[in-house]
Amino acid sequence: MEELMEILQDLHPDVDFETEEHLVDDKILDSFDIVSLIAEINENFDIAVTAKDILPENFNSARALYALIQRLEEEA
Amino acid sequence: MRNNVLDYLNEIVKEKPHKTAYSDGTVSLSFLEVYGQSRSIASFLHKKGIYRKPVVIFMKKSPLEVAAFFGAVAAGNFYVPIDEEMPAGRIQLILDNVQSPLVICDESTFETAKSFRLGAGEAVLFGEAVSGEINDAALEEIRRRAIDTDPVYIVFTSGSTGIPKGVAACHRSVIDYIERLSEVLEFDGDTVFGNQSPLYFDACLKELYPTLKFGATTYLIPRELFSVPVKLVEYLNTYHINTICWVVSALTMISAFGTFETVTPKFLRTVAFGSEVFPIKQFRIWRNALPEASFTNLYGPTEGTGMCCYYRVEREFAENESIPIGRPFPNREILLLTPEGRLAGEGEEGEICIRGTALTLGYYNDPVRTAQAFTQNPLNTAYPERIYRTGDIGRINPAGELVFVSRKDYQIKHMGHRIELGEIEVNVDMIPGISMAACIYDEKKAKIILYYVGDPAEKELAALLKTKLPRYMLPNKTVRLESLPFTANGKIDRVALKKRYEAG
Repeated sequence: MEELMEILQDLHPDVDFETEEHLVDDKILDSFDIVSLIAEINENFDIAVTAKDILPENFNSARALYALIQRLEEEA
Repeated sequence: MRNNVLDYLNEIVKEKPHKTAYSDGTVSLSFLEVYGQSRSIASFLHKKGIYRKPVVIFMKKSPLEVAAFFGAVAAGNFYVPIDEEMPAGRIQLILDNVQSPLVICDESTFETAKSFRLGAGEAVLFGEAVSGEINDAALEEIRRRAIDTDPVYIVFTSGSTGIPKGVAACHRSVIDYIERLSEVLEFDGDTVFGNQSPLYFDACLKELYPTLKFGATTYLIPRELFSVPVKLVEYLNTYHINTICWVVSALTMISAFGTFETVTPKFLRTVAFGSEVFPIKQFRIWRNALPEASFTNLYGPTEGTGMCCYYRVEREFAENESIPIGRPFPNREILLLTPEGRLAGEGEEGEICIRGTALTLGYYNDPVRTAQAFTQNPLNTAYPERIYRTGDIGRINPAGELVFVSRKDYQIKHMGHRIELGEIEVNVDMIPGISMAACIYDEKKAKIILYYVGDPAEKELAALLKTKLPRYMLPNKTVRLESLPFTANGKIDRVALKKRYEAG
């Protein structure tokens, strides 16, 4: 989780990722953010986030995103 | 002969009045509705005495916004689109530059609009502007007096001084562009466009006007879908979209994450892309998914009215090759000029300069910067003839195709957007407590990295910048340093910064 928080903070230093629950719905993350976020996650966690996982509900909060990473890690 | 972009609308409304012209999936307007709404708005503007003036359109992206554009034009004016995606500081700079008598808003922007300094101008609601009676006689008289060298629109592009530049384009240039582009990409009455570009960039000309010319249909794709690749492709299929002209990053968003393993576009036959380099690996994924479709690379600066050159991809490319710029559309010429002002020789590098009707009028209310970029053709000493100097360096490859080499300055292409790194730096420098700032660009990872010296913490700085810069200009990484490296002649040493960055 720490590693993910670091990636997120790097992307938007001014956003409180601990509490934000609507990162996509409130347009805090846009499509370009999501692209660079996935590139970083794939590289750092050695998983492959693919198109079918790119859904708002998986990116709306740091917690949801971390759950996705864990699921993909287990599947790998 | 057409001398006004609305000639296309006046012709097509007789032929296909009830066909859908523009839709966002929720709101749809037929050609007749677009025609009627634009003439109502035009009559409203006429009644207010607004003629040959910039009219600011501040609306949510929707078919109604397009009708407002045409309303401004039908009244003999030109439109200046602004958008809520733009930070307030930038909107104010644009309003100060154009000094518009009127800002047409919708419910979502009306309160924001009134918070700006509008000078002698006023904000009105689209609903009010569209509800008046149509004054056919007055609009006919305006049409009769139309001149094709008058502007159609002003769109704003990044300026290295921190002040955006308003590029004004005239009817003749837009008509010429639409005719040539349509010929090259083979648009017709069955074309169904899927628009990606915001309406405040010239990139949307590619869809808005050919739709009128052919009686085609444009879907304005909701922006959120560009974060959800599977749903985006499903949207293309739902509306039978067969033609897209997108920035490369929107295309790679789909190809890079295996979207085609879940869903493939069923109707796409024409794919045009531009504004940045298409990585060959991603390009191949697209072509394998759509073996029957045509793929065309487009190149051109806003100052050359949309796109200027094209390259239909027909041969194979190795992964380390890049797709050429190709050649100019008919009726415009590319001059590759050396610093001495002569034509570059075979294989020699030169600055890409454009001549022809495609040249826009210049930067609105900005004679100094206009004179710097739009200069006399050095090859012609016989009569005044302007060329536009793009600042892009190119050369002709052995196959006779124009290829991009590099930039002359600190302009970058980031996620399809043209950005002056200087504009970011100036905005950072203006923040109290900042003594110095410099940006570098990591092309491989598509990241803007900002280095600065000063009091504000990185977190504070990021929050402040969001109020000043458009989202696509925000640095992807911000690093505070004790001092910045300097070169021997006292300039900030970007090469050293880049080395520092690459070393991690």
